[in-house]
Amino acid sequence: MLAARQTGFGAVIGSNRTRPQRFSNRRITEKPSMTKTVARVSARQRPADRIFSGTTMGAGILILVALAAVAIFLVAESLPAFLANPKELKGSPSSFWEYVGPLVFGTIWAAALALAMAMPVAIGIALFISHYAPRRIAQVLGYIIDLLAAVPSVVFGLWGIGVLAPFIRPFYDGLVQNFGWFPLFTGPVSGTGKTILTVAIVLAVMILPIITAVSREVFLQTPRLHEEAALALGATRWEMIQIAVLPFGRPGVISAAMLGLGRALGETMVVAMVLSPAVVYSFVLTGSANPLTIAGNIALNFPEASGVAVNALIATGLILFVITLVINSVARYVINRRKAFSGAN
Amino acid sequence: MTTATTPREAIGTSHTLTTGHLPRWSPFVLLGLSWLVFIGVFLLTAASSKSEFNLVGALFLGTVFFDIVIFVVSYLVEGVRQAKNRLVTSLVSTAFIIALLPLISLVYTVTLKGADRALDLSFFTNSMRNVTGAGGGALHAIIGTLEITAMATVISVPVGLLAAIYLVEYGRGALARSITFFVDVMTGIPSIVAGLFAFAMFALLFSDPGIRFGFGGSIALSVLMIPVVVRSSEEMLKLVPNELREASYALGVPKWLTIVKIVIPTSIAGITTGITLAIARVIGETAPLLLIAGFTASVNYDLFSERMMSLPVFVYTQYAYPGTDAQAYLDRAWAGALVLIAIVMVLNLVARLIAKIFSPKLGR
Repeated sequence: MLAARQTGFGAVIGSNRTRPQRFSNRRITEKPSMTKTVARVSARQRPADRIFSGTTMGAGILILVALAAVAIFLVAESLPAFLANPKELKGSPSSFWEYVGPLVFGTIWAAALALAMAMPVAIGIALFISHYAPRRIAQVLGYIIDLLAAVPSVVFGLWGIGVLAPFIRPFYDGLVQNFGWFPLFTGPVSGTGKTILTVAIVLAVMILPIITAVSREVFLQTPRLHEEAALALGATRWEMIQIAVLPFGRPGVISAAMLGLGRALGETMVVAMVLSPAVVYSFVLTGSANPLTIAGNIALNFPEASGVAVNALIATGLILFVITLVINSVARYVINRRKAFSGAN
Repeated sequence: MTTATTPREAIGTSHTLTTGHLPRWSPFVLLGLSWLVFIGVFLLTAASSKSEFNLVGALFLGTVFFDIVIFVVSYLVEGVRQAKNRLVTSLVSTAFIIALLPLISLVYTVTLKGADRALDLSFFTNSMRNVTGAGGGALHAIIGTLEITAMATVISVPVGLLAAIYLVEYGRGALARSITFFVDVMTGIPSIVAGLFAFAMFALLFSDPGIRFGFGGSIALSVLMIPVVVRSSEEMLKLVPNELREASYALGVPKWLTIVKIVIPTSIAGITTGITLAIARVIGETAPLLLIAGFTASVNYDLFSERMMSLPVFVYTQYAYPGTDAQAYLDRAWAGALVLIAIVMVLNLVARLIAKIFSPKLGR
């Protein structure tokens, strides 16, 4: 039975008794005395079959090799940076970690801000598409949100610097004037609007589609009977969502958030184009000295870098790779435990 | 008078299902009214302070105002539970509108600022060679983008499709599970890391610490593209009904021929859609090409030597390294962005059309 299950429906072919049994490696466990029970017979393997399945498996293994190669080559090229004299790095820090520290801080701070803004909106859109919009237009609405994901990041960067930053600058003036006592809005205000909050807003728009797509999938998987039971007990639609949909979807939404976080952490062009950077640890949202992110730092400095500076940039890329790998792995693990869905398509 | 009103009142009181409910049209009317109110307020302030009228802001604040109004009205008429329900309904719709605003603003701005140069034929026939002011074009970038993306597709599609076939038709056990898992993880690799990987690999292989060439860009894009192709092809192959495979096996067709002649042709529309979307996704990638393909002002047809410009990098460099006549550079950046968006949107549209027209009609 095991063999039959392994080869799927091909098992039927193998039971053709008129065919000469030429292949010694056929997995035949059928005994002459048991001719009535046709079981435990595997399909005849032709050479072409083996070549084809071997090729497909090779392609699968190649993907694993590629991922391993990413890690290996990044480590190999970043070793010189760890071993080099840190004084040779940009800004002559006392150690490599002093160089990376503000970048890691900026990466996580910008991504966290983006996530905090994107999450409520994304959950709202996902609920709107899955439970509020009329069935007929729900799919169209999904396409429209997916269009946001299709816009190239460099165009978002251009939009952020050309439209959003000038548009939002007056609001920053107001925030700093009225809420300057609040640590996040400590003055002086940025004169250009190129702050980490502007970057985070653009990042939030960019990660909306992935969070929405995954959350929508989970919400749609809520057992229909749970929803109907809640409605039958007289719950309003919101109460039904509170009782049936949200508890069911919570793990999925959490991993959707982590996927979005992964995207935000690695987003490059928006940061490189919009942010006015500095080497600081600063939580201030509206100032002109903002912590740069790892990805933004690489894009800004790589074209002109040479020597050990290149290795240092690759080393920061390795750190980014490890951070996103861990976050994505955890998110995927949580999603895969539930059902088969992914935000890749 | 009295004889006319009594029956109407009797009907009103006996209709217990509709008493204490807002009429169906009330949310829409309230939304329209609050939009009108805020458009009016914004028009007045714009006129008094002689600033530009801000439609997006008016619609946004009008929508927020509507959320509050509908809660209050519903609370007074229908009670707290219905009021909460209506509040959430309107908030959820507001979230959707909020997401639309950047998209509309972006498409509007890019069209407005880019149309000038993008409708100019010289933009598509000139490169940036020896251009320091106005004029010039993106010919070199368009050639580069087409070549690099085509090469990335040539690498990714066979690998991704074969891996998807393995996962659906052959893969069992630990290997298949780990491939599925790592493909999912790979979809989350930051694009800049893919660029760094390609750079690190070729810099080591050719021991050239400043290496830049187009093929490296193709490799970087493949790292980003393969997982997308695998995921979408996998979904499509899974949709092929098992009855088709069984019918083929029953006729004595070998498994590999069944896959090539039955399974793939049945799902080819979906697979093509997935591949088109994957191309649309990588064609706009900037960061990896900035690192490994570099940038140049001249046309370069050769993927395997020298720097190669691509359209996203063209947009970035025109913005980031303006010459003396900054406005000309900015115009070119917006035009490049418009061309890029147009390409991506057309690819998306083509993908949806393929899915719609060529998908097999299963008798259901």
